[in-house]
Amino acid sequence: MNNDLFGFEINIWLDAAARMGLITGVMTVVVMGLIYIERKIIARFQMRLGPTRTGPMGLMQSLADALKLVGKEDLRPAGADPWVFELAVYFVFVPVFMMFVAIPFALNWEVRVLELGLFYVVAVSSINIVGLVMAGWASDNRYAMIGGLRAAAQAISYEIPLVLALLAVAMVAGSLNLTEIVAGQGRVPLIVWQPLAFAIFYIAMLAEMGRTPFDIAVGESETAGGPHIEYSGIRWSMFFLAEYAALFLLCLIASAVFLGGWAWPLGEDLGRGWQFALTAIKTGLLIFSVFWVRVTMPRLRIDQLMSFSWKVLLPLSFVQILVNGLVLVYDWPDLLLLATGGAGVVLLFVVIDRGVRRPRPRPAPLAAAESEAVA
Amino acid sequence: MTTELAREHEYETQDIMLNMGPQHPSTHGVFRMVLTIDGEVVRDVVPYVGYLHRGAEKLCETMDYRQGIGFMDRTEYLAAFNAELSYVQAVEQVAGLEVPDRAQWIRMILCELNRLSSHFMFTGAFGTDVGVFGTAFTFSFRERENVQDLFEEVTGDRMMYAYFRPGGLAWEVTDNFEQRVHEVLASSRQGISDMDGLLSDNEIFLARTKNIGIISAEEAIEWGMSGPSLRASGVPMDIRKDEPYLKYGEVDFDVVTGETGDVFDRFRCRLDEMRQSVRIIEQCLQRLEPGPILPDRMPRMLRVPPGEAYVRTEAPRGEYGVYLVSEGGNRPYRLKIRSACLSNLQALRDMVIGNYIADAVIILGSIDIVLGEVDR
Repeated sequence: MNNDLFGFEINIWLDAAARMGLITGVMTVVVMGLIYIERKIIARFQMRLGPTRTGPMGLMQSLADALKLVGKEDLRPAGADPWVFELAVYFVFVPVFMMFVAIPFALNWEVRVLELGLFYVVAVSSINIVGLVMAGWASDNRYAMIGGLRAAAQAISYEIPLVLALLAVAMVAGSLNLTEIVAGQGRVPLIVWQPLAFAIFYIAMLAEMGRTPFDIAVGESETAGGPHIEYSGIRWSMFFLAEYAALFLLCLIASAVFLGGWAWPLGEDLGRGWQFALTAIKTGLLIFSVFWVRVTMPRLRIDQLMSFSWKVLLPLSFVQILVNGLVLVYDWPDLLLLATGGAGVVLLFVVIDRGVRRPRPRPAPLAAAESEAVA
Repeated sequence: MTTELAREHEYETQDIMLNMGPQHPSTHGVFRMVLTIDGEVVRDVVPYVGYLHRGAEKLCETMDYRQGIGFMDRTEYLAAFNAELSYVQAVEQVAGLEVPDRAQWIRMILCELNRLSSHFMFTGAFGTDVGVFGTAFTFSFRERENVQDLFEEVTGDRMMYAYFRPGGLAWEVTDNFEQRVHEVLASSRQGISDMDGLLSDNEIFLARTKNIGIISAEEAIEWGMSGPSLRASGVPMDIRKDEPYLKYGEVDFDVVTGETGDVFDRFRCRLDEMRQSVRIIEQCLQRLEPGPILPDRMPRMLRVPPGEAYVRTEAPRGEYGVYLVSEGGNRPYRLKIRSACLSNLQALRDMVIGNYIADAVIILGSIDIVLGEVDR
């Protein structure tokens, strides 16, 4: 059996191996670049310079950090569960790279065309939660455990709006194949028809990656690193790698699914290089916005985070799906999608605004009386 | 029936003890609190202090009056001028020294500038506690840095100034002092509104801080709180207004108070207080005139007649008091420091219980403790 890798006919196993090697290599470089860019951008936001000393403009900083981390001792706490502790990293690390398989970068430029690409991506992306819970549980550290449980609760809550938002898009696009979804956006990107789904996806995406304002699992000022607290050296850097790879991939998915990936505008007419550049620009803008949010937003508290997902995002995404269904079944004009979606986004912001400004009663001191008695 | 079933299959749940500190990023130094948590909710908290105890009070008794100034810097290291002020005023009161006008105005300027720099430290650290990734911190530190630069020019040191002397000041300020203060004020004004823009209106910040860690006026007074933490509960108690020292009676400023006494009010109070400090310094600069900075006949070695004095001043964190007993000679017989942070910290337990772990962190942050002062 032979296969086609960029025009070369090779054995299917060789082909698979080559593609896997390519993924790992590209992702590692991309992540190093992302870390460098994030440090530079955040430094600009904070009136600093960021890395400048290692290589020209500090370009080699990520490489130096990676080498340092590889050289560090791989510590394991005495009370940790050795198997779970060491395997946890792979549960975080591998799924992120697996997501890479289905994503189209340009016309016919993807690792594999999967008929259920969107479904596959969503399914694989949720595995890494298992890894975080394992890491938190096995570390024999209470901060790690709290962090791991927070990560689990958060991921389960935000996975649902994330999936529903993508489902809404799939309904409109009429396909679960990522390549087809992108190719279908040649004239109008799906964000125009589904602004609410995009807003929901963006918020849930931040939570899924565990980035500010949803970084309660890691939250330096509370759980002091959460599940990562006991990891050092190469294992810790693999967590880090996975985090940035997830950032890259989710932004890539958002750009493909909502912003038209390589196809919008003029995608089909342009060469592969331009299509690739289109994808890169859209993804880069999304990544930049994530960094921007990171430097300006405080962190939410766990109860606020959960209620926001279950009480706001989830109902809104159900409404979105309902509206999509009605429009598609009764063949109503497409503009209705735009109108309802836009209204939904406005509603989302109003709800956030009102929810914050509503005066809340003081949280009942659950066991204050009891512990007073003990004291 | 259902309750019986539930009881039959009841799983035993336990509270967890969570040790936070002394090595934890958000305990502002070496504070330690042991939280008893039920899931995410804090059921009990036991604070432990003393990790930074250096025996400053006892050490002062073995040093002469001039050397004691350095120890005051090291207790309240974020507002060292204010700490020095209480000490030198106590010595002056026992020794009966008259401080020249110019020295008093300069002291006022430096103390208010120190309040600015201390509160900038607070806004930065508090932003980090709430979870802004370092931005509040760098914005605050840019302004704090300006103030520190000015202090360095005047005193030669960035933190441990040892610039006030019983009777006046160690030496005259630099020639361009007034111009430099104006520059620092201009940038600080910008910095204050930056912090306002970054944090005060942020939805998430409001959601996190409003109605959290409330302490009523009565409770706050009972715990002996003072400073912005007390004023946030709506008690207009400010020693600068109530018992004016230096020239505070001659300048015009408002006492900022909060309404509910929650974390947000404590933040808001400090931010508004910084604006008042800017106002005070501007007035001081107008009144600053050339003149002596020490009394005419100062002895080389200060010998203080027997007597005692308690002097309290309004430091950035509250009432910083120094109780001084002299039995004659060149060193105090007994020195006691009344720490504002220690008293403010007493209320921590009341504020934290029933809230979430993340709230415990910001409540502690909102009290704005300096461990050097708590432990002395």
